[in-house]
Amino acid sequence: MKNNILIIGGGPAGLEASAQLQRMGYNVILIEKSPKLGGHLAKWDRLFPDSVQAEEVLGRLLKGAEGVKCFTDTDVRAINRLDKSYNVRLTNGITVLSDAVLVASGFDLFDAVKKEEYGYGIYDQVMTNADLEAYFKSGSDRRIEKPGKIGFAHCVGSRDEKSGCRSCSKVCCATAVKQAIEMKQAFPDAEVFCFYMDLRLFGRHYEDIYLKAQKEYGVRFIRGRVAEVSENYDGTLLVKAEDTVAGKPLKVTLDLLVLMAGMRPSASGKAIGDLLEMSVEEDGYFAVRSGIAAGQRSPIPGIFLAGAATGPKTLPETLADARAAAMEVDRYLTEIFPDAKNYKQLVRERW
Amino acid sequence: MVDFGFGLVPSSRINLDLFDREKYEKLVAMEPDAKICMACGSCTAVCTAGQFTPTSLREAIEDVFNAKDDKALEALKACQLCGKCSMVCPRGINTRHLILSITKVYSKK
Repeated sequence: MKNNILIIGGGPAGLEASAQLQRMGYNVILIEKSPKLGGHLAKWDRLFPDSVQAEEVLGRLLKGAEGVKCFTDTDVRAINRLDKSYNVRLTNGITVLSDAVLVASGFDLFDAVKKEEYGYGIYDQVMTNADLEAYFKSGSDRRIEKPGKIGFAHCVGSRDEKSGCRSCSKVCCATAVKQAIEMKQAFPDAEVFCFYMDLRLFGRHYEDIYLKAQKEYGVRFIRGRVAEVSENYDGTLLVKAEDTVAGKPLKVTLDLLVLMAGMRPSASGKAIGDLLEMSVEEDGYFAVRSGIAAGQRSPIPGIFLAGAATGPKTLPETLADARAAAMEVDRYLTEIFPDAKNYKQLVRERW
Repeated sequence: MVDFGFGLVPSSRINLDLFDREKYEKLVAMEPDAKICMACGSCTAVCTAGQFTPTSLREAIEDVFNAKDDKALEALKACQLCGKCSMVCPRGINTRHLILSITKVYSKK
């Protein structure tokens, strides 16, 4: 019988790593705190840059992980390190003896309520990127009824020292451009504005959708952070920013403002980190063993990390990270773990 | 003065060779946050004076970097130190202190 491996988190990273490790012949146990597998991907409608259906991608990931022992609605209650393995007590009463643990706890979306000046939860016509995806999926939202002017505020809970979110969330620029295009497709007469500080369209084909948004859809990109939002008596929104290219303060009345909420370290991931006494960096994401070249090893022998648990990542980056983590787990379990006599020395040298 | 029918206009180009490093070092010693602006424009967007006068802290910082000291002072002249900019700055810059520091260091008086 091959080793037990516990994977914490049933999002894209956890699913992909499960699939790979199962293929290698390991006995994978995957736990997910929510009732459904898929993480944030399950709540998204279409994905940048090619507008593929999220459901289709998730379907493929789920198919790959078929046969893996999955426990949904399950969290970790306690973790004890034995000599080499981990004794993990789950909230469903089951105890797993696991030779390696992969933490794929992902991210939480920034709670946009915290940026009070944008009025999410106060003004009716302010929504988040996640709300808009839910609208695309369901086709209905009380806030969206033939909007004439739509704004996208980039960097909400990203690159914002003041709300404790220094890092760039990486995916929101491309998501905003994608959603701007999708809103123009749904409402061709609408005027769409994107308020940005820098457009970080770094990935392959991302620049293509930016160009498409400008050329085919006439989306207006305004270089200035949204500074404040207020509500007019008729329910529309007055949005203020500086057009820093023109060097002039700017205001515009909008029917809908979409806040691009960024990525934050996941709260449930943090709880697991606390149980393991695993170190996080200043940004709140888990630290990897030794800088950028180490990749998927945590500072604790036998504990691995994959996906957004170690910082914001796009979906393809997360999947690549999960595959790499599977390779690292395999290397550890074949080269270091079985050598009972020299285990401690090998860990010192190679972990 | 003889009227030749034309005048000379000073160049509007940014000339970084004119950058006064000594003054700049003095400014950042007084207010280190002068270095961390990312030019998002939030301060200018909410500026109570900026709607009617060319007041802009974002621009003043830019001007200081671009050896346009006079323009920097001009961009802060109408500031009433209301402090609204400090509330919206995503980098948490003490904008009021920065404005006072720029004025102190670059003022010719």
